[in-house]
Amino acid sequence: MPLSEIAKFGVSRLEVLDAEGKIDPALDPGLSDERLLEIHRYMCLGREADARMFKLQRTGRLGTFPPTAGQEAVSVAAVAAVRETDWFTGAFRELPGRLMRGQTFTQLLKFWAGHEEGAAGPMDMRTIPDNIVIASQIPQAVGIAYAMKLKGEDSVVLNFFGDGATSEGDFHEGLNFASVWKSPVIFIIQNNGWAISTPRAKQTNSATLAQKAIAYGMPGIIVDGNDALAVHTAVSQAAERARKGEGPTLIEAQTYRMGVHTTADDPTRYRSDEEVAAWAAKDPIERFQRYLEGKGIWDADKQAALEEEIKAEVAASVADFEGMEKIHPATPFDHVFEESNPELERQREIFLENIRVEFPEDLEGVADAKA
Amino acid sequence: MPKLNMVQAINLALHQEMEADETVLTLGQDIGVNGGVFRVTEGLFEKFGEKRVIDTPIAESAIVGASIGMAQAGLRPVAEMQFSGFSYYGLQQVESHATRWRSRSQGNITVPMVLRMPYGGGVHALEHHSESREATYAHFPGMKVVLPSGPRNARALMVASIRDNDPVIFMEPKRSYRAFKEEVPEEPEVMEIGKAQVVREGKDITLVAWGAMMRQSLDAADRMEKKGVSVELIDLLSVAPLDSDTINASVAKTGRCVVVQEAPRSLGISSEIIARINDHTLMYLEAPVGRVTGFDVVTPNFAREKWYLPTASQVERQLDATMAF
Repeated sequence: MPLSEIAKFGVSRLEVLDAEGKIDPALDPGLSDERLLEIHRYMCLGREADARMFKLQRTGRLGTFPPTAGQEAVSVAAVAAVRETDWFTGAFRELPGRLMRGQTFTQLLKFWAGHEEGAAGPMDMRTIPDNIVIASQIPQAVGIAYAMKLKGEDSVVLNFFGDGATSEGDFHEGLNFASVWKSPVIFIIQNNGWAISTPRAKQTNSATLAQKAIAYGMPGIIVDGNDALAVHTAVSQAAERARKGEGPTLIEAQTYRMGVHTTADDPTRYRSDEEVAAWAAKDPIERFQRYLEGKGIWDADKQAALEEEIKAEVAASVADFEGMEKIHPATPFDHVFEESNPELERQREIFLENIRVEFPEDLEGVADAKA
Repeated sequence: MPKLNMVQAINLALHQEMEADETVLTLGQDIGVNGGVFRVTEGLFEKFGEKRVIDTPIAESAIVGASIGMAQAGLRPVAEMQFSGFSYYGLQQVESHATRWRSRSQGNITVPMVLRMPYGGGVHALEHHSESREATYAHFPGMKVVLPSGPRNARALMVASIRDNDPVIFMEPKRSYRAFKEEVPEEPEVMEIGKAQVVREGKDITLVAWGAMMRQSLDAADRMEKKGVSVELIDLLSVAPLDSDTINASVAKTGRCVVVQEAPRSLGISSEIIARINDHTLMYLEAPVGRVTGFDVVTPNFAREKWYLPTASQVERQLDATMAF
């Protein structure tokens, strides 16, 4: 008997802006000037905040952190394509998108300076703090999406992760659940080519990451991740589909990490300067700026003014961060459970007694949350 | 003898064991071209090639599961979990299979596998990069859990772990990686897994520690010596099997004991040590066994780390209190 073809699949790639920032008129999403400028602003803000964090890290005021430079278009354009009432769940390279969602830079600085306060709400933004364990946010996003559906809300969940995450079981389990449940999740792979030192080609033998969607019965699409309009278009379509009850979508945003994996990493050990230079020419912000200029709504003067404004905003956030109130050492004891227990209280007393003896100055002038 | 830090010492053990035994191989994330995020596997890729130094996708469960399979088929894999905090995706494979194949097959199938993982606090790292969870692994019957405290014993225990015919979790105190150097002999040394070491003999009080806490404990023992108190310091080196014979012999001599543990206070190795003293040398005690530990809270982020981690001063105060009882 001859073999019969049961199904045939393909994967498409979407680009709206070319490398010069020229738009394909047939694919113009028709965003308002105001929206376009907002996207540009948050990409620029993310770039500046990132650069400032790098300096703070190098002078010892922040801990290890993962810079975002080069990947701004993905999280910003995705956030711009959904509503405030939608959810944002990510990994740790979505700084510009987080700022657009309303997380303050001051709060994010606290997070990367190792303060529990940095991950403290406000949850009414539906923006979940950074997630460090690779891919573990994926099934959780599916759960949030299930809850939205059960509650009768038409909210969707943005779920970001990197190319490396597609190797974890949680990625595969999460995508399968989402598709079986027709959950309103938008899975966005920030494929920046490298998982620390592991190149995309060693991460998976699949020709594309987007095709992994096919196995789970959901649409998968590749977008130019350095093209904010392509990301916006793909996320808008996925959101519309999700809101209609048609389930999840997987978007592979192809981008590049211009710098280190984290400030503890040395990428010269594993990738070439030529490769980095080739991607520098595809910078998402410069390309978008050229598009705005070509459209006649932006120019060099406006860019200079924006950069001044952003520098001042970032500087003010850093000043707020540096002027933050002294933290109370024992705060972790307040949040183990809703209610404490006798043993935990005994340990809290040992903990405080240690500090009274060894670091008494650390208890001066701080309010004891428990007292 | 060359002076090496712990990173270099473990690296030396890997180089020598891979050279001596071609069934030994390493796998993990970023361990090859990059030499490991802490550079513990530096130079192995260049020397032994990609077939024996395998850069894997990010998939801890598959790293552990594949290592079990390799071990069943006659290889001796040394797998790296990049941080102990990321090892839990692999926990199912550890508990359900690595620890069980010997028993399940009545000794026919064995799993000579080493799972290396940096653990513990003190390096100002992000969440999930500072925990001390040796008790989690030690609780699985069939799993050996080794925690070196310095370059020389790290090298000797790594050699022993690779040569061991059972699975070994090898937890490397990352704050000690580059903290100090020791003379490490060129010729391979082997230490026995499951055997504690009396690193300083004393007569007044027994002090038990392991891994990163040995530094604080040594410091505290020095301070006590200056006050005229003779401390017998025991470095556990392995928490499973737990060498309570060495501890009990010491307690029978000194009549007093303090245990130092970086991990949360409850249900950990210190609890088991106290239970075994209760089993064997309770009647020798002149004071309750004291302990200095972490706390039953989520390990704080690094801004609060200095308040969470046990210090030499805390150990000293507990030794004073136990002496004064």
